[in-house]
Amino acid sequence: MLPRVFSVAARHVETADTFTLELVAEDGAGLAFAPGQFNMLYAFGRGESAISISGERAAPHRLVHTIRAVGTVTQALAELVPGAQLGVRGPYGTAWPLAAARGRDVVFVAGGIGLAPLRPAIIEVLAARRDYGRVVLLYGARTPDDVLYAEEIAQWRARGDIEIHVTVDAAGADWRGNVGVVTQLVRRADFDASDALAMLCGPEIMMRYTVLELGHAGMAPADVHVSLERNMKCAIAFCGHCQYGPEFICRDGPVFPYDRVARWFDAREL
Amino acid sequence: MSNAASAGPRYLERADFDRLLEALAARGYTVIGPRVEAGAIVYDELATSAELPIGWGDEQDGGRYRLRRRGDAALFGYNLGPATWKRFLHAPRVKLLEAVRDADGRLRFERVPAPQPRRAFLGVRACELAAIGVQDRVLVGGEHVDPHYAAQRESLFLVAVNCGQAAATCFCASMQTGPRAHSGHDLALTELIDAQRHAFLVEAGSAAGAELLEELPTRAASADEVASATAAVTRAATGQVRHMEQAGIRDALYDELEHPRWDDVANRCLSCANCTMVCPTCFCTTVEDVTDLSGDHAERWRRWDSCFTLDFTHLHGGPARTSAKSRYRQWLTHKLAGWHDQFGESGCVGCGRCITWCPVGIDITEEVGALRAAPEPSASGD
Amino acid sequence: MEIHDLGQYLAHHPFFTGLAPDYLALLNGCAGNVNFAAGETIFSQGGTAEHFYLLRDGRVALEFPHPAGNGVVIDTLDAGDVLGASWLVAPYRWPYDARALAPTRALALDAVCLRDKCDADPVLGYDLSRRFAAIIVERLHAAELRLTDMYANPAPAAGGANGIAGRG
Repeated sequence: MLPRVFSVAARHVETADTFTLELVAEDGAGLAFAPGQFNMLYAFGRGESAISISGERAAPHRLVHTIRAVGTVTQALAELVPGAQLGVRGPYGTAWPLAAARGRDVVFVAGGIGLAPLRPAIIEVLAARRDYGRVVLLYGARTPDDVLYAEEIAQWRARGDIEIHVTVDAAGADWRGNVGVVTQLVRRADFDASDALAMLCGPEIMMRYTVLELGHAGMAPADVHVSLERNMKCAIAFCGHCQYGPEFICRDGPVFPYDRVARWFDAREL
Repeated sequence: MSNAASAGPRYLERADFDRLLEALAARGYTVIGPRVEAGAIVYDELATSAELPIGWGDEQDGGRYRLRRRGDAALFGYNLGPATWKRFLHAPRVKLLEAVRDADGRLRFERVPAPQPRRAFLGVRACELAAIGVQDRVLVGGEHVDPHYAAQRESLFLVAVNCGQAAATCFCASMQTGPRAHSGHDLALTELIDAQRHAFLVEAGSAAGAELLEELPTRAASADEVASATAAVTRAATGQVRHMEQAGIRDALYDELEHPRWDDVANRCLSCANCTMVCPTCFCTTVEDVTDLSGDHAERWRRWDSCFTLDFTHLHGGPARTSAKSRYRQWLTHKLAGWHDQFGESGCVGCGRCITWCPVGIDITEEVGALRAAPEPSASGD
Repeated sequence: MEIHDLGQYLAHHPFFTGLAPDYLALLNGCAGNVNFAAGETIFSQGGTAEHFYLLRDGRVALEFPHPAGNGVVIDTLDAGDVLGASWLVAPYRWPYDARALAPTRALALDAVCLRDKCDADPVLGYDLSRRFAAIIVERLHAAELRLTDMYANPAPAAGGANGIAGRG
């Protein structure tokens, strides 16, 4: 359970409060992971924070984390410059069901920073594009300035083999894209609900209503997968903090098929 | 487990009891056992039987605990105090690692070796034995092993003591964890005390126990003596006034997450977290990272935590469980329902400490009874 | 699919699914084709709501204008969507601008014509009201969901005055 020492190789600003760190291990070994998993990132003297991995599974020597500054630890991580060192423990948790999605249509629905944990899955599906049916990405952000990975999304769009709809809650006059809530995009997407797999990540309220929309569209709860989040201290199902009903989000999640967590989703303050 | 069973129960006179302590000390064990301190039974180091709670019994009920004089010289005539063995095995504060940052900003992490004391627990009740087994399953029985717990558990000699009486708060019979020690002990004692005699029936529960037992001045117990011991334990079982139906409890609780009883108990619960502190199976912890004044040395410490605190479920927007109702519900449903999904057994051993030490006397057997007896009418929906 | 006349388009538009053919013919009398170039204003804030529109293709932005020029777009509508509900309720005034973001073709239904027909036949009136209510409720829910500001950073002080962009 000792963290590994990593150094910041590069740092990019994504939005006003979100940044991406590219990390390399001091021992030179990569960090093999499956899309959907997370690491515990340690900022010296401050503590750890659970952050999803955002890089490519095929490039384990370059560990990528997109982080939103929301508290003490993530603020400390925001202050790291190239060359600075931090601790990394992981990977932990369950992965997006990419193997189960082969041969079927795939619908990614992301809200806000939720695109970051989906990015490795999107990259992997696009890298093996012929293994999948129709591929759709629906992404909602607060404003155009909050759209993550905007350039990469444009590159994906340019491929022509993935249907992408991006929407924002509100925009200025120069925005040509959608304005509206991401759940409204489900109806617009072209996929076969009877033979598709959906992967959702974003604020819980957004996932709740997206699940409803996908259900109206004809998807079975077992084919909709959500990535959940709770307070984590240990990431190995010992500290008890991340429990959600009987599930340890760090070990039994964060990715769950919706039918497994549906009854907890509807409960208040679980 | 015990082929020492072929030896049958042995009979040890009270006068020879200290030979047991001496044999443990000779094997390098520090003996931890019950003592009276500040009006309660606590567990601490002891060297002679004179330090045990001789002649003390206890009276317990919801929110009530008193020691009382029994009028005899029984060594184990009480039931349970607020102390649990968990503070020795799953320590309240543990240093997990040290981190150093040098002048160039380079980091180094250092593991902190877990101390491996050699301890003997004297006076482990059957429910407590079961609780140790429950924590074993959580902390060393899964995919990850807690090295600190494993180290404390490693050279542990367990002397169980079967109960001859039940407190009003006991319900181990319902939970099938006692009053007789089932397994996991090295030796099990049953105290026999009346006008004619004061002695102990001693049974080995392991090879280590059998080996130590052979050194003690015992003789084979007679059929009568065995019957007396059995009768005492039976009295402890039948004397229990609290019960908790276990059949179907997992679904019964998870199906009633919006039962009005939760609001009712929330009105009484102070979220003081006493129950989690005295519960022998509660295992939740938190971590704290601290630095020294130079800022170059950091330590990560693990300490006990409670799901009753607001901080426990803190996410960036605030706690996921804000109301006292949601926190009480979490504790109870985790202990009695979720634990089955997670570990294949109940998290409760029926020791009753949570009832005794709740300042307002909330009784989980009563709460469960209420939650199961009058299920929420299903008509309301949303 | 090629629509050769308004009547056919009306009949096939999801908004009018299940409406009796007689009523469709009636509404046909209130309908007309319109085209907007990219950037063209469809209606302005404060203007009289004289039509509602069934969008056939293109995209329309709903925007609250601001004197300083930085108006806020609060919704966009695409092919198949219904534009305009203010014709239903007095004082029949548009609350914001509608601007075509791309070349947009629509079916415009005359408000006065429709209201007269609804007054004359309450069964038609009730049916149309139910259809509009469904659209309005759905838009309201979507707007309410956006009001929760679910993407907002719960620690607004995070990042400091310069955000996190000033470092590294």
